[in-house]
Amino acid sequence: MFTKLFYFLGHRGARFFYHFYKAYGYLWAAILQLRYLHFYRRQVVDQMYRIGIGSIPLIVGLSLFTGMATSIQTAYQISGFVPKYVVGSIVLQSELLELAPTLMALVLAGRVGAGIASEIGTMKVSEQVDALESMGVDPVGYLVMPRLVAGVTMFPIVIIFAIVIAVTGGYYVASSMMGVTSADFVRGMKEAFRFKDVWVGLIKSTIYGGIITLVGSYMGMETEQGAKGVGIAATATVVTASSFILIMDYILTRSLLKFY
Amino acid sequence: MIEFKEVYKAFDDNQVLRGINLRVDQGELVSILGPSGCGKSVTLKHIIGILKADAGEVWVDGKNVGTLGRDDLQELRKRFGLLFQSAALFDSMTVKENVAFSLRMHRTMSEADIDRRVAECLEMVELSGSEALEPDELSGGMRKRVGLARAIAMSPDYILYDEPTTGLDPKTALVIGDLITRLQKQLKITSIVVTHDVKVALDISDRLALFHDGKVAAEGTPAEISSGDGVLIKQFMEGQF
Repeated sequence: MFTKLFYFLGHRGARFFYHFYKAYGYLWAAILQLRYLHFYRRQVVDQMYRIGIGSIPLIVGLSLFTGMATSIQTAYQISGFVPKYVVGSIVLQSELLELAPTLMALVLAGRVGAGIASEIGTMKVSEQVDALESMGVDPVGYLVMPRLVAGVTMFPIVIIFAIVIAVTGGYYVASSMMGVTSADFVRGMKEAFRFKDVWVGLIKSTIYGGIITLVGSYMGMETEQGAKGVGIAATATVVTASSFILIMDYILTRSLLKFY
Repeated sequence: MIEFKEVYKAFDDNQVLRGINLRVDQGELVSILGPSGCGKSVTLKHIIGILKADAGEVWVDGKNVGTLGRDDLQELRKRFGLLFQSAALFDSMTVKENVAFSLRMHRTMSEADIDRRVAECLEMVELSGSEALEPDELSGGMRKRVGLARAIAMSPDYILYDEPTTGLDPKTALVIGDLITRLQKQLKITSIVVTHDVKVALDISDRLALFHDGKVAAEGTPAEISSGDGVLIKQFMEGQF
């Protein structure tokens, strides 16, 4: 019984480190391909558009609701204890530090990560990746590096949109439904605002952008077994990227906020 | 010249190649015949380094492919055109974009010259005017011909055909066979055709190599292979290989 359990855990652990090592290999290969950034500029711009601009409508819609919900919940929790202007402080800081970068990254793990895994996975199982290689085009340079560059550059921009929209939503709900005046909400935001918080949010979103695009690309490049394999790659991307995002959220929050 | 010297390749426990020795001279059209799963396509992928041999060597024009670095390998691949079994067209691109792909990626021509070259290649495979079509609008035979146009776009020294007639009706298979022969004469290139279509192989090849059990079981001209009682071809066609 215990032997089987140890064998199972050992096997799973070994597989995890094997995949981690291989994914690191792809990351390193993509970094080396950065010297051909000019050569692959069309692919980079195309991916920046698809990953970044393409995600904005979804993120704008969802962050509006998270901002409004945070505002209502904060007003409810502090009622009777704390001055109402605190609603503005909490909405702003929650969105900057945690909700916009992390929650939206989880959403984008589905939209962007699974999309990348399915697209590259389909190319892999239909020999299109082999076709690239046969034509002297490096698949990591053509497929992985542009997505990784787009992820780390466009995620922070998308998250800035998310923060602005979420805070606007929070402001609207607080002032129209929760009895917080506009002046109080703005005062709360001003008192709580620290420029460093913006950096924390942006650093988090940059790293999450890298995780999502790398995991999606890796799963796609390692796809086998036809359509079934493509489905497995897309699911594995969402699960793996979401797990890494939440683990990294703790690590980053702890390391970035301890300086305050 | 392409030369295989005692090449071995296994995937996990499956030993696919067991000491392949084969030489293809400049300007030759050599067909590799054999049943499915005997390692024909695997052999082809060794030539351009998509797969690496577990043991043995693959030489192309005096270069050992297995020892080439990434950049040298990319340079070598530019001299090859490869027609995949599934054609492997980029499904997010039109016919024109597929054929122009390597020309654009390797920045060898201006956009006007690329347009001319694409039209020329499509004319060679008798698909003039199909530039704007998407891959899912093409029949199996048309996809193979677009794949062939893409393979010849960079004016390669070598063309590798992976099962060019598989999945096609007999009439279209003959058309593709004729096309391969015509391109071979027209472009004066070296070609290797991997196939299990005996008729096409006998019709188009300068030489044939019959694969069996991971090795070259027989080699010779079509006349030699089918000479006498043609026992090797008969065995292959009767599934005894």
